[in-house]
Amino acid sequence: MNSPLAQSRLQQTTPLGSSDDDGLPAPPTHRPASDPRAALRPLADGQSEHAAIATSPTLPTKVDIRNINFFYGKAQALKNISLALYDRRVTAFIGPSGCGKSTLLRILNRIYELYPGQSAAGEVLLDGENILAPGLDLNRLRAKIGMVFQKPTPFPMSIRDNIAFGIRLYERLPQSELDERIESALRRAALWDEVKDKLRQSGLSLSGGQQQRLCIARAIAIKPEVLLLDEPASALDPISTQRIEELIAELKSDYCIAIVTHNMQQAARSSDYTAFLYLGELIEFDETERIFTHPKLRRTEDYITGRFG
Amino acid sequence: MQVYARRRLVNYIVIALSFVATGFGLLWLVLVLSTLLINGVSAITPSLFMQMTPPPGSSGGLLNAIAGSLAMTAIATAIGTPTGILAGTFLAEYARASRFGEFVRFVNDILLSAPSIIVGLFVYELMVVRMGHFSAWAGAVALAIIVVPVVVRTTEDMLRLVPATLREAAVALGAPKWKVIVMVAYRAAMQGMLTGVLLAVARISGETAPLLFTALNNQFWSGDLNAPMANLPVVIFQFAMSPYADWQTLAWGGALLITAAILLLNITARTLAAWSSFRQ
Repeated sequence: MNSPLAQSRLQQTTPLGSSDDDGLPAPPTHRPASDPRAALRPLADGQSEHAAIATSPTLPTKVDIRNINFFYGKAQALKNISLALYDRRVTAFIGPSGCGKSTLLRILNRIYELYPGQSAAGEVLLDGENILAPGLDLNRLRAKIGMVFQKPTPFPMSIRDNIAFGIRLYERLPQSELDERIESALRRAALWDEVKDKLRQSGLSLSGGQQQRLCIARAIAIKPEVLLLDEPASALDPISTQRIEELIAELKSDYCIAIVTHNMQQAARSSDYTAFLYLGELIEFDETERIFTHPKLRRTEDYITGRFG
Repeated sequence: MQVYARRRLVNYIVIALSFVATGFGLLWLVLVLSTLLINGVSAITPSLFMQMTPPPGSSGGLLNAIAGSLAMTAIATAIGTPTGILAGTFLAEYARASRFGEFVRFVNDILLSAPSIIVGLFVYELMVVRMGHFSAWAGAVALAIIVVPVVVRTTEDMLRLVPATLREAAVALGAPKWKVIVMVAYRAAMQGMLTGVLLAVARISGETAPLLFTALNNQFWSGDLNAPMANLPVVIFQFAMSPYADWQTLAWGGALLITAAILLLNITARTLAAWSSFRQ
């Protein structure tokens, strides 16, 4: 239905838009590292110094990141990053350690401000409102943008209170309604069946994978619009990881999700869009399927095929 | 081979020296405790807990001194704990890297190691001289001044042990800073902070010097906090120095009582500390 429209922020011309009705890319396939074509394919013209950034005009932009620069003291960690996170889509940030992908995520709920000396310049528009503007109500912002961290971070309180903590920050609910909200959050996070009989037990008594799902339940219990996941499965075993990925696929229908991951397969499996960052720069941003099958830049291809030095 | 043989020899010598040093340290502790037990046990009788301190030559107990010590320790803890926890929270949560925080931390460390007799003299000047008489209030304030730096230090240390990720998780939910501190950081650090308070109580329950200048002593039962009040350390000091055998026996009893109380507090504190674990 939508004609493949080409649009680019730099000189790249990128045909985009899928053939299916809702613009969803087909499940991406991962090209094996041994693919001989990868090494032989030459760089496209003039691409070595420039990022390849594709935008989709067909999807509603939830978070518009514009010309973001980030500094740890004087050291610049992000250089002029611009990309869009689409509503009800999963965007993965990939790149080697220290490339700035977690930093980028931490800008979106301004949690970096906990630490003096860290500063961001540029604009991040959430539904058109610049969230980096001074004087913005940070608690309101963080109510809209939930975050889950690499290590599970259950609070030292009961499973029930872990979820209730967030809800109580914003709403005064009667007991029965609060219980309903807690149950529905735990159900959405696929944890209810495992904890329904021990809601009064400490959140710390759960296994790592359960703790992480508890953290996801806690984040979605306050009904955010955007969900930031910072390597949510990197400390978990494969089965817990799979559950988290299933959960991401499930939650996608309601939220705009950004996920940082070191795991290429995870990015390929879970995300619709992928941004490849390297040394603080956005190298390539496109549909995940394209990034993993026909990346425009050699550097992207080298990274996703594991050839990166 | 020769090098190896020499290393083994040095190793044995160092191990032997370590054992001797440990034994030397423990020897005195054992001597002190056994002397205390041998002389004190006979003084532990029901009348010790039921009668007032007697004049020389008549029978009596330590009831007024025990009650006085409990009262002043309780008031000192009630004043010193909130002050110490709030100051420790300030250092850990609000002034971690600031110059002023560094300064306060430094001053607190000095206060922590200040001789308690100086604290006693200070409160003497501050309260006893102005009020014109010794009082239980002055004693409690002097003890509180000893409690504060201990609690400040343990509170700050325990709050610093709370993982940054836990704070970030609470902040990311949109919790304001005070809620992050009160509902998350305090909970995570609770057992450690409680341990600090117990150790501070153990410390002041044996302090004599600050009480000599402030609460002094009272041979009779007194519920008046504006008057001198009996307390175990000063009673032990007076009775032990006296030439009367029955007073000396009471002093032994009091000493054993304080030691047992401190031991109990330390065991409780250690048990609590062992429970506290940051499973992050």
